[in-house]
Amino acid sequence: MLLLIPLLPLIGFLVNALVGRRLSKPVSGGLAVASMLGSFAVSAATAWSVISHHAAVEQTIFTWISSGDLTVPLTFRADNLAVLMILIVTGIGSLIHIYSTGYMHEESDAEYARYFSYLNLFASFMLILVLGASFPVMFVGWEGVGLCSYLLIGFWFRKKSAADAGKKAFVVNRIGDFGFILGMLLIFAVFGTLDFQDVAAAVSSMGRETTMGVITVATLLLFVGATGKSAQIPLYVWLPDAMEGPTPVSALIHAATMVTAGVYMIGRNAELFSHAPITLAVVAAIGTATALMAGTIGLVQNDIKRVLAYSTVSQLGYMFLAMGVGAYAAGIFHLYTHAFFKALLFLGSGAVIHALAGEQDLRNMGGLKKHLPITYWTFVIGAVAIAGVPPFAGFFSKDEILWKTYTAEWPEFHFLLYVIGLITAVLTATYMFRLVFLAFHGERRHEAPPEHPEEEEPAAHGARRTSHVSTSQVAHGASHLHDAPPSMAFALIVLAIGSVLAGFIGVPHALGGSNRIETFLHESFVAPGAAHDAAPGVTPQAPAAAEHQPAGHADTSTELMLMALSTGIAVAGIGIAWYFWRRNRPATDRIARQFAGIHRLLLNKYYVDEIYDAAIVQPIRIISTGALWKGIDAGGLDAAVNGVGLGVRGSSSILRRIQTGSIRAYAASLFLGAALILGYYLYR
Amino acid sequence: MVPLNYYLILSALLFAIGTAGVFLRRNLITMLLSVEIMLNAVNLTFVAVGRYLGTVDGQIIVFFVMTVAAAEAAVGLALVIALFRHRETLNPDAFTALRW
Repeated sequence: MLLLIPLLPLIGFLVNALVGRRLSKPVSGGLAVASMLGSFAVSAATAWSVISHHAAVEQTIFTWISSGDLTVPLTFRADNLAVLMILIVTGIGSLIHIYSTGYMHEESDAEYARYFSYLNLFASFMLILVLGASFPVMFVGWEGVGLCSYLLIGFWFRKKSAADAGKKAFVVNRIGDFGFILGMLLIFAVFGTLDFQDVAAAVSSMGRETTMGVITVATLLLFVGATGKSAQIPLYVWLPDAMEGPTPVSALIHAATMVTAGVYMIGRNAELFSHAPITLAVVAAIGTATALMAGTIGLVQNDIKRVLAYSTVSQLGYMFLAMGVGAYAAGIFHLYTHAFFKALLFLGSGAVIHALAGEQDLRNMGGLKKHLPITYWTFVIGAVAIAGVPPFAGFFSKDEILWKTYTAEWPEFHFLLYVIGLITAVLTATYMFRLVFLAFHGERRHEAPPEHPEEEEPAAHGARRTSHVSTSQVAHGASHLHDAPPSMAFALIVLAIGSVLAGFIGVPHALGGSNRIETFLHESFVAPGAAHDAAPGVTPQAPAAAEHQPAGHADTSTELMLMALSTGIAVAGIGIAWYFWRRNRPATDRIARQFAGIHRLLLNKYYVDEIYDAAIVQPIRIISTGALWKGIDAGGLDAAVNGVGLGVRGSSSILRRIQTGSIRAYAASLFLGAALILGYYLYR
Repeated sequence: MVPLNYYLILSALLFAIGTAGVFLRRNLITMLLSVEIMLNAVNLTFVAVGRYLGTVDGQIIVFFVMTVAAAEAAVGLALVIALFRHRETLNPDAFTALRW
C-alpha cells in the first residue's frame, strides 16, 4: 500500500521517459497528472487509516543492505508527520502538474514529456524521502530530489545561465549532502541503528547534552545537510539562481516541497535534536539570520521570481527558527501553510510571466490587475497569507512560531530572535505587497500596443508566447494579455482556497481553537515509548519548550497581545509597501538614492555570490589550475609518464644498434655467449 | 682398441669445421649442412663416451639427437625453400627485414 505512493509517479516517470517523445501532449501530461492523482488518493487513504487507527503504517519491501552489524531494510513508514507531508507533496504536486499542462503547452512534444517525466521522478523521490523509515532510505530520496532539482533547473539547458544554475544547485547541495552522510555515519556509530524510531528510542534514555558531545556533532552535521537542501545560510545561494527553471518547478520544488526536506528531516529526528540544545540554538540562530537577510534582499530585487525565491529562503528561515526553539509542530505547521501560499504565489507569478511572454522584470510590469483578474485576486490572497494577516493561513503558523520563540528556553537569546522575527515579518509584508503593487497596480510600464478588450476572454488565450527563454528582455509585440488558461486558473483557485483555510487546523488555544495540528503531530516528535504518555487531548507542548517554560510566561493575555502586535506589524508592512510603491514613488527613489550604499548592497545580495566566488571558487580554481593541473598533473604525473616513455625511447635508440638483422651476427653472438658460459664453468 | 682421446679430438675437429661452415659460408643450405656436421660431432662424442663408460645412455641420446636432427632438417629445408621463393637468393645477408 505505502509502496504505491512513490511507485505511481515512478511509473509515470518511466513511461514518459521511455516512450514520451512519441506520445502526444494530452497523453503524456495526462499520464503524469493521473499518476500524481493516484498517488494522492493512496496518500489520502493512508492518512485515513493512520488517523482512524492512531497507529503508524509500516511496510518493509525487502532487505536492502545486510552487512555485518548494518541491516537496512527498505522500509516505508507513515506516521502522523509523514502523512501530513505526503498529503502536501501529492496534493500540491498534483495541482502543479495540472497547472504545468497549461504552462508548458508551447514546448515540443518531446520536451513536454521530458518535463513531466522529471516532475514525476521528483515527486517519487520526495515521497521516498518522506516515507523512508531510516536514514539511508531518506537519503535515497534526499539525493534523488537533488538530482531532479538539477535536471529541472537546467530544463532549458541550451541557455547557459540555466545550465549554470543547475550545476550550482547540484554542487551546493552536494556540500550539504556530505554533512548529512557524515551525520548519518556518526549516528550509526553511536546508536548502532539507522532507523528513525530506534534512534529516537535510544536517545530518549539519554540526558540532554549541554556540551559539545557526540549527539551535538551528529545533529550539527545533519543540520549542514539541511542548510544545503533547505537553502539556509551559508548554503542558500543556489535557490535564487534556481529560478532559471520553469516557474511551476520553482513552485513545486523550490517553494512547496523539496526545500522543506531539511525542516522535515529535523522534525523527523525531533527527539535527537531535542537532546542537543547547542544544535538547536545554532539552528534557531541560522534560521533567524537567514530569514532577516533574505527578507532584506527580497525588498529590492526586481525579478518577480527572485523576490519570491528570497521570500522562500526567508520563510524557510522561520521554519528553522521554529525547529530551533523546539516548536517542531509550529515549524511543520508553517511548512504546511507555506506550501499553499508559496505555491500559489509562484504559480501566480508564472501566470503573469506567461501572460507577458516571458517578462520577469517587475519594472516592466504594472497595471495588470484589470487584465488578469483571476491571477490578481489569487495572488493577493497569497500575499495576504504570507504577510500574516488573520485569518489567512500564514497568520496562524507564523504567529505560532513567534509565540513559541517568545516563550522559549533562554529569555535573552530567544527574545532577540523574536524581535528579528518580527522585523522579518514587516519585511515579508512589505516586499510581498511591493511586488503586488508593482506588478498589478499603477500604469503599465511595459511598452505594448493598446490592448484589445476581446483578448481578456479565455478564448483568446491561444496567444503564442515567443519563448520563456528570453527572460530578461521584453518581448515586444507579445502583448496578448490573457488571464491564466483553465488548467492554470484551476490550480490557482484551489491553492487560494487552501491559503485561506489551511490555517484553521492550527488555531491556537488563545483564540479558542484547539491547535489540532500540534496534538496531531506531537506523537511524531517524541520517542515511540513516550508517545503513549501524552494521551490525546492533553495540551501538548513541544518537548523542549514544555520542560522549561515559566508558568506565568505563557498566559493567554500575553499571547493575545503578541498576536495583535504581529497582526499590526503585518498591516504596517502592507502600509509601508502601499506608501512607497503606490502612493509616493518619488520618495522611494529618494530613499534609495540617500542610502545608495545599502541599496546597492541589497541589490547585489550582500555580494555573497561574489564573496563565495572570491573566497572559495577562485582559490579552488587557482589551486586547481596552478598547482593541481599545471604543477602536479602536468608537471608531476604527466612528466613521469612521458619521462618513462622518453627514457625507453632513448635507451632503445642505443640498444637497437645491436639488432643488425644479420643472421650470422646473431649466430656469432650465440656462439660467443655459449663459449663464454662454458669457459667460465670449465676454468673457474 | 682406439683410445677415447682420438674420438674426442676427431669430434672437436668436426665441430670446429661445422662452426666455421655456419659462420663463413654464405649459402643457407651449406649452413644447414654445417649444423648437421656439428650435431654429428656431438653424436660421436656421446657414443664414444658411452662406450668408454660401458653404458648405453650415450647411444640413447644419440637416437634422440638424430630424430630431432631429421625433423630440424625437414623444417629447415622447408624454410629455406620458402625464403628462396620470397627473395630469389640463399644469401643470409639478404634477409634483414627484422632489422631496426
